[in-house]
Amino acid sequence: MSLYILPKERLPGFVESLRTGFRVVGPVRTETGYAFDEIRSVDEMVLDYPTTTLPPKKYLLPQREVLFRFHSETGENGARRLDVQPVFDGVEPTVIFGVHSCDMHGIMLYDKVFSEGYKDEHYLKRREQMVIVGIECLRPCDDASFCKDMGTLTAPPVYDLHMTAVDDDYLIDARTEKGERLLLDYGEAHLATTDDIRRLSQTLSAKWPNFRLRLKMTKDQLPSLMTISYGSHLWDTLGEKCLACGSCTNVCPTCFCFDVQDEVELNMTDGERARIWDSCQLHEFALVAGGHNFRASKASRVRHRMMRKGKYIQQVHNITGCTGCGRCQRACLAGITVPGTFNALYDEIQIDVKPVGGA
Amino acid sequence: MTDTAILDTTTATRESNNGHGSIYLPKIAQVVDVKTETAFEKVYTIRLPGGENLGQRPGQFVMVSLPGIGEAPISVMSSPSRTGETFKLCIRNAGDLTGVIHNTVRPGDQIGIRGPFGRGFPIEDFKGKDILVAPGGLGMAPARSLIDEILDHRADYGRLIVLYGAKNPSEILFRDELRAWRQRDDIELLVTVDRPDENWVGHIGVITRLFPRVQINPFQTIAVTIGPPVMYRFVVMELLGKGLTPDQIWMSFERRMKCGVGKCGHCQVNHRYSCQDGPSWTYAEALAFEEAL
Repeated sequence: MSLYILPKERLPGFVESLRTGFRVVGPVRTETGYAFDEIRSVDEMVLDYPTTTLPPKKYLLPQREVLFRFHSETGENGARRLDVQPVFDGVEPTVIFGVHSCDMHGIMLYDKVFSEGYKDEHYLKRREQMVIVGIECLRPCDDASFCKDMGTLTAPPVYDLHMTAVDDDYLIDARTEKGERLLLDYGEAHLATTDDIRRLSQTLSAKWPNFRLRLKMTKDQLPSLMTISYGSHLWDTLGEKCLACGSCTNVCPTCFCFDVQDEVELNMTDGERARIWDSCQLHEFALVAGGHNFRASKASRVRHRMMRKGKYIQQVHNITGCTGCGRCQRACLAGITVPGTFNALYDEIQIDVKPVGGA
Repeated sequence: MTDTAILDTTTATRESNNGHGSIYLPKIAQVVDVKTETAFEKVYTIRLPGGENLGQRPGQFVMVSLPGIGEAPISVMSSPSRTGETFKLCIRNAGDLTGVIHNTVRPGDQIGIRGPFGRGFPIEDFKGKDILVAPGGLGMAPARSLIDEILDHRADYGRLIVLYGAKNPSEILFRDELRAWRQRDDIELLVTVDRPDENWVGHIGVITRLFPRVQINPFQTIAVTIGPPVMYRFVVMELLGKGLTPDQIWMSFERRMKCGVGKCGHCQVNHRYSCQDGPSWTYAEALAFEEAL
């Protein structure tokens, strides 16, 4: 696959060409900020956006997704008869346009979660129909983001096309055949010249200093930090602040936990089983029949979320569990932040070394 | 148990479940018999489509569905040795789904089954050893899957010791089997109840009261304890006191499995998914979890 160049003025035409065969989703302005939404006209899309309230995960793992439909009836002999038919929701050719590198890291994790072990065909069928077009971040979204710390400032290999704005052009990396074919079908993109690639390199190297570091440790130290901090009293402090609203997990690109619920139609015989985003921050999450709750306190639930972000996901999937996107910080009504938590834990374990004799 | 062995188990399970296209779609099974065991527990005999063998190992569980009500994890009571065209589940009336099952499901009714899930107990590693099984309350149901397997391949194992604790005499499960076991000289059975009634002539007190009554060879013994979380810390103390090391002690953790396939997050114990890596763990593994007990 190769690097291509497309003049910025040609981008609307490219997006329009995609719309003939795909549902095109991209960042659009809303009353309160930006959101990934279906693009009905090209000028709605804002590629130079700071961040969206929700990551594009809603297209990969919809907030509510039907898994199967069922029919239940009483047969002639009075016995209950069942029929179940699988449903694969939201499987349609979709281009997700303008995905930041942090969110691509989230998609990379989802791809692992839903393909490793038991294959989740509901996710995978949707994913197969999906084209990811990334956009290179050249400056931080805002003060909440800490992608540089989390190593998510570089696009991971989940995109089909990845665009970098360079002067009046987009330099586009076609990573997959599927992406390259779409670009070539449009006909206005050309192979990047040596000079184009030099301009791209300059842009990429110039962006790095624009991002600041917020963590006092490296991401590779996080699993160890979380291990020794399991018994920290900070969890009690955070538990007192936390409102257990679940906003943090809703907006998180690496949260994928779900509840499963049945809904019956008014005829009482037909219905569907669906999965719905769930949150480990809610009281009922680890409650079992009989009434025992394995995470009854807010402190234990905040800790579980932070442990997942800093350690558990790394242990299970070998990918850092936090993308540093900053969304949970923006969404938290209690002012709890991931970098603030990691840094406070780090401070707790420092030995205050004073020079002998004192000063 | 080695990591490779764990991997082998789960791979085998996965293959047997990939025929549907959806890992969440239950097989439509038929209830062929319902037997009332106690005031709270009934035993359901279930037949998969075509009489397919469930193919479980002792200690695994299935997800039981009543579409419109929901789905819940239930331990399989049948040992592999007693699983042919049907298998048994002992279900306690404890929640929304199990309440409806108790009240409405009759022989002839269809229900949904997914699984088996979990890694179960590594019975290959148990062979040649003395096995001490210590179930409390409903833990006797999954314990049956192991006890019956041993009884049906009796020569493959050493001593079989069963120490069973129930709250009161009316909650004792499988009285017929217990009676039959008492007649055998190749199973050592002790039963205790916390709260005896006027007719009770057996042991009285919590399950740990039974441990001083048996002697074991700690070099030769594997212990398996299944019961409510509160029971484990006391039973484990007894077992450690008998000289067993933490990796000779197996236990089974109840968690709220919603998917059974390691995705939904509900059953996580620290970073591990009970539905995949558990629900049976050695005490040595449990010691590495802060969230285990």
